[in-house]
Amino acid sequence: MAMLSAPISSAPGPGSEPHTVARGRGLFDRQILGQALVGSVLKLDPRVQIRNPVMFVVLVGTVVTLLEAIFHPSVFSWSITVWLFLTVIFANFAEAVAEGRGKAQADTLRRMRSDTLARRVGPAGIEESVTSADLRRGDLVVCEAGDVIPSDGEITEGIASVDESAITGESAPVIRESGGDRSAVTGGTKVLSDRIVVQITAERGNTFMDRMISLVEGANRQRTPNEIALTILLAALTIVFLPVVVSLYPFAKYAGGTVSIVVLVALLVCLIPTTIGALLSAIGIAGMDRMVQRNVLAMSGRAVEAAGDVQTLLLDKTGTITLGNRMASAFVPVGGHRDRDLAQAALLSSLADETPEGRSIVAFARDRFEIADAVPTGPTLFVPFSANTRMSGLDIGDRQIRKGAADAVRRWAEGLGGRTPDELAEVVNRIAGVGSTPLVVADGPEVLGVIELKDVVKPGIAERFAELRKAGIRTVMITGDNPLTAAAIAREAGVDDFLAEATPETKMALIRQEQAGGKLVAMTGDGTNDAPALAQADVGVAMNTGTTAAKEAGNMVDLDSNPTKLIEVVEVGKQLLITRGALTTFSIANDVAKYFAIIPALFAATYPQLQALNVMRLHSPQSAVLAAVIFNALVIVALIPLALRGVRWRPSGAASVLRRNVLIYGVGGILTPFIGIKLIDLLLTATHLY
Amino acid sequence: MLAQLRGAVVLTLIAMVVFGLGYSLVGTGVSQVLFPSQANGSIGPDGSTLIGQRWTGPGWFHGRPDSDNPLVANGQPGSSGPSNLGPRSKVLVAQTRGLIRYWQQHGVKPTADLVTTSGSGLDPDITPADALAQIPMVARATGLSAARLRRLIQSQTQGPELGFLGPAYVDVLQLNLALSRLR
Amino acid sequence: MVHFVLTLVVLIAVLAIAWRFLGAYLAAVYTGRATWCSFAERPIYRLLGVDPEREQTWQRYAVSLVVFSGVALLGSYLVLRLQGVLPLNPQHLGGVPAALSWNTAVSFLTNTNWQNYAGETTMSYLSQILALQMQQFVSAAVGIAVAIALVRGFARRGETTIGNFWVDTVRGCLYVLLPIAFLAGIIFVAQGAVQTLAGPVLVHNPLNGVTQLIPRGPVGFMEAIKQLGTNGGGFFNANGAHPFENPTALTNFLSIALLLAIPVALTYTFGRMVGSLRQGVALLAAMVIIFGIWTSFTTFAEAQPNPAVAAAGLRQQPTGNMEGKEVRFGPLNSALYGVASTQTSTGSVDSSNDSFNPMGGFGLLTGMMLGEVTPGGTGSGLYTILLDAVVAVFIGGLMIGRTPEYLGKKIQAREVKLASLGVLVMPVTVLVLAGVATALPVGRAGAFNAGPHGFSEILYAITSQGNNNGSAFGGFGGNTVFYNVVGSIDMLMGRFGIMIPVLALAGALAAKQVVPNSAGTFRTDSPMFVVLLLGVILIVGGLTFFPAVSLGPLVEQLSHGRFF
Repeated sequence: MAMLSAPISSAPGPGSEPHTVARGRGLFDRQILGQALVGSVLKLDPRVQIRNPVMFVVLVGTVVTLLEAIFHPSVFSWSITVWLFLTVIFANFAEAVAEGRGKAQADTLRRMRSDTLARRVGPAGIEESVTSADLRRGDLVVCEAGDVIPSDGEITEGIASVDESAITGESAPVIRESGGDRSAVTGGTKVLSDRIVVQITAERGNTFMDRMISLVEGANRQRTPNEIALTILLAALTIVFLPVVVSLYPFAKYAGGTVSIVVLVALLVCLIPTTIGALLSAIGIAGMDRMVQRNVLAMSGRAVEAAGDVQTLLLDKTGTITLGNRMASAFVPVGGHRDRDLAQAALLSSLADETPEGRSIVAFARDRFEIADAVPTGPTLFVPFSANTRMSGLDIGDRQIRKGAADAVRRWAEGLGGRTPDELAEVVNRIAGVGSTPLVVADGPEVLGVIELKDVVKPGIAERFAELRKAGIRTVMITGDNPLTAAAIAREAGVDDFLAEATPETKMALIRQEQAGGKLVAMTGDGTNDAPALAQADVGVAMNTGTTAAKEAGNMVDLDSNPTKLIEVVEVGKQLLITRGALTTFSIANDVAKYFAIIPALFAATYPQLQALNVMRLHSPQSAVLAAVIFNALVIVALIPLALRGVRWRPSGAASVLRRNVLIYGVGGILTPFIGIKLIDLLLTATHLY
Repeated sequence: MLAQLRGAVVLTLIAMVVFGLGYSLVGTGVSQVLFPSQANGSIGPDGSTLIGQRWTGPGWFHGRPDSDNPLVANGQPGSSGPSNLGPRSKVLVAQTRGLIRYWQQHGVKPTADLVTTSGSGLDPDITPADALAQIPMVARATGLSAARLRRLIQSQTQGPELGFLGPAYVDVLQLNLALSRLR
Repeated sequence: MVHFVLTLVVLIAVLAIAWRFLGAYLAAVYTGRATWCSFAERPIYRLLGVDPEREQTWQRYAVSLVVFSGVALLGSYLVLRLQGVLPLNPQHLGGVPAALSWNTAVSFLTNTNWQNYAGETTMSYLSQILALQMQQFVSAAVGIAVAIALVRGFARRGETTIGNFWVDTVRGCLYVLLPIAFLAGIIFVAQGAVQTLAGPVLVHNPLNGVTQLIPRGPVGFMEAIKQLGTNGGGFFNANGAHPFENPTALTNFLSIALLLAIPVALTYTFGRMVGSLRQGVALLAAMVIIFGIWTSFTTFAEAQPNPAVAAAGLRQQPTGNMEGKEVRFGPLNSALYGVASTQTSTGSVDSSNDSFNPMGGFGLLTGMMLGEVTPGGTGSGLYTILLDAVVAVFIGGLMIGRTPEYLGKKIQAREVKLASLGVLVMPVTVLVLAGVATALPVGRAGAFNAGPHGFSEILYAITSQGNNNGSAFGGFGGNTVFYNVVGSIDMLMGRFGIMIPVLALAGALAAKQVVPNSAGTFRTDSPMFVVLLLGVILIVGGLTFFPAVSLGPLVEQLSHGRFF
């Protein structure tokens, strides 16, 4: 199994500030708004409008009222025409704003993609200078310090530190080397030191950067499955309101009255679900955008949506559930030795140990026993760890201190004539039994005791998993540890299940098994051997540090290479669906009030007794209809921020999420327009025009 | 398709034979054996107790003012049915006014049932209250005392069915037959 | 009033028993566990040339249904046209005219039982039983079959078939409708419904000089299947108001219980077949809530005085609105009957719906406009409310952030498309045809009452046929070529326009795998689901019909002191 590496910065905990390419651009950047205004006019093209059946009907309605206004001009018909037109503009504006943020990011990236010169190594080993555009798959290029890597590739030779900030926004350099899982380099990143030979894996137009640009720009955005389903429902609701409104014409005639075409169009526009129709595509674009803001590139909207459906999260232990490294957590003396002596010896033995484990022992000894920096007196010799001895330590004069694997240290001490205390084996077994690593410390022949190195579960992670459980999401920990160790950590972290001694095959089998039960599975991975599993998973998040194979297999790439991101990915997916559902409910619920505004107004002349339905006591038939239309238009603008930000989702049970959203968007959707229309009516009355 | 067509034709024929003819014929046989009177229309020498008749003249208790009661049109049975006048019908207002006037001329303070037509046009029943309201008219015409008529109505009152289903009612034909025996 | 409350309590008790036991029995019948009638069943399959073990895909199921419907329609049509030369015609009635035969055949085929004729003066006994009563059995059985096919769609996983149309239809008739209707028929006759092949009888009463020619016929048993199969088409013009069809308050109660029994019980069957009774209870709860509200305000409205009668001078009407009502039922039972009949697809009447008070008429009309799902017709109620449920689940599911699923089946584009089609075909058809009818002079001529009530009559007629209900605001001249044709389109759309999408949905669902439940699943057996389902039913029905209804019953209600 691939070890997840968080090469430079240690993996940030949940909720830490994401780095993003477009950092600093607020929800409503002035430049974006300006461009969006232009865009909302350009989008009036009927060929664009026809793709959105709801708004197309509004546009057609606007043309109808416009003709009425031209041939039978009145303040009222012109007002309605203008506000219907604004309704269309507002819808276009919402979409343009959502697109604008992506476009701005794409522009930034595009500037970085300028052609670079590459040093191609010919078949005879002769270097030639070509532009990056001329590179083909399989070409070998040489990059040295200061060079921009001309295209995506795999390092075939050498090791280098690379500045990937162009893509990740992370300024600290990362190490890339040939062989293994850190061999992939991305075009547009910069070599800071050393020399590497890169085999090109992607041609111009097809590089990671190219894909990233087209993704953030939403250039070939496809409608996602749920979006298609919702569009069908909205189209159906639009279709049904057509006969509702058209039939009113003969109905009114039957009653011996007439109804104005302008009012009928106004009624139609108010009834069809314009609010969600106007914001639907903005919601989808914003969902992708929210992923980008979290530095996750989703290869398709479908993947984002699938994230909301995920029922099983496969999480790698290291880096996601535990901090990357094991830490000293206890000193257990044996053979009657004092724990302070053990601590002292442990500290000394680790002074030269630069591994995270070694540093943690020093820190633990200092913190717990307040041992001052014990500067060794006399000639000191550091004994580094080796695979043969399986221990490390130092010699101070004659004094030899060692720490290491239990049997290795025991044999070493016994070789010096020492005697192993009886309880040592028991202590070692107990520590191993709870999933920790025992390191035995010996001062010459004297075995002093055992250091317990523990996998430290990230703070707050257990609560996080509990929340996910409430939301119906199962967490499965994936680890290469033995089952005993894995079980202990799984218990502490509060995951629902674990896969120990995981191999790519067992991981794949687990995904298949979950999917056979009808569940959607999400996982992260970075190694080439993760690629099949990433492809199999419904949501496969590849780490940007990972291999090209992994990145191509997954349907998302996490530029921060932070496995904890998986949880946020699920959140964004859920938000996307909730926002659509909530605004649909709101849109339909709005119709109730609009009826009470328009129906009495529509038949004011024929059946004055219907004024009893004018519960809002609107001033006049004209002000009532206009107020409803204006409310209908303004509510689109008012909801743009919500559409872009998404409806909040906190992990909790379906029932409570639903109750909350039905209350806010259902009941709220019924009540809000009563207030809004009344207020607008009061303002209109004040103008004395209606 | 041909197999489907065969199934469709055969099932239609079976349905006609079993659920059309068979069901009705067996049902008729059983009914004629078990409940011959009801199955044939609860018909006595003076008519069916279930089909209302038009009673005119102050000497009889009247039923609902239904126009369908005679049930004969051009030598064929006429069809049953209500007035189908809506609750805001001027025609209904006028028609009801006429009925109210009719009752007032006969010295009767009309109840709702006596000025509204029924759902079938054949309603055989009135409520005891409807009968009681007619006592002044019938008493004057027949010379029978109000108390006697009240007892008569009481003795003819039926229902509610099973003690709770529907209102109590008086079958007008049976009431008038009983009245004729008193006269 | 106390009596009426007691009536409701007993009705609830009777229906509870039907729900539990008839529901379980229906499940046994349609899963093949009931076999007591196989002696009659097997020869039928042999005659049909059908292998009862072989199931059908949704397409084949639908083709069988359509082909059978076509043939049965033709059969009924021919009998009506030829009745003049056929036997069992004691009144020597001539053949039924073409347009009327067509409308009537469609009407009984589609379980509507809209009647543009007076039975006692138009139909021979043979027509009544062979052309019409036959359809009352099979149309009910077909309705249940389609509902069961949809339930199988939910219950199955990754399968291509949804049952066998021929088997489902035959079993429905033999195991369910025939025995219950037969027993009920005996009760109807015992109470006074006529059941004879003898012709009309002439009576003369010397006391009042009245001579009556009283029509009779094989009525009582037809009455039983008319109610049980939520058909509603009566033998006589006055339908359930006629003393020979509905002789006592007891048969009136029995009628209400019969027409509600199967639609209510099917929710139990649904729960049983999908493996969770609570799912069925949730649907039932939505049905009961709407039925309860509609019963309350409709009976309340009918307990009020009739405004026209009051305006004529009789302000005191302590029993309520008696215009068009029978004394033996009274306004409360009549209103209950009306609500039950319009919220199932029965459409039988025991009083004149046309003469209900404005809000009473509103209750009847809107009861149909909600799509007849509370509890709806035999089978059609269940499959239509399941379409509403799919829409509710879709919107609700989105709101919790998951691809919506119902009973573990993902609701995606195809399902939403089919469900919206099924839900919206009725309102669109009704509004378009009502628009056409009110726009044309031939259509406007149909209304007998003046003013907004005339509009209500036309709207009611189109709504009733579009919902396969069959009840009428009777002051309506439907027997014209225009209305016979428009009505037949209305009825066919309301039947097959919903059935075909339902079968397609059944096929799509059956093929799907099941997503396991988790805490993140939108529970469709929860009160919240019931709320959403009610929302969909009320909002879809309300939003589509509010303007039309406001021009009919609502204007009538608000026109205090005005008459037209």
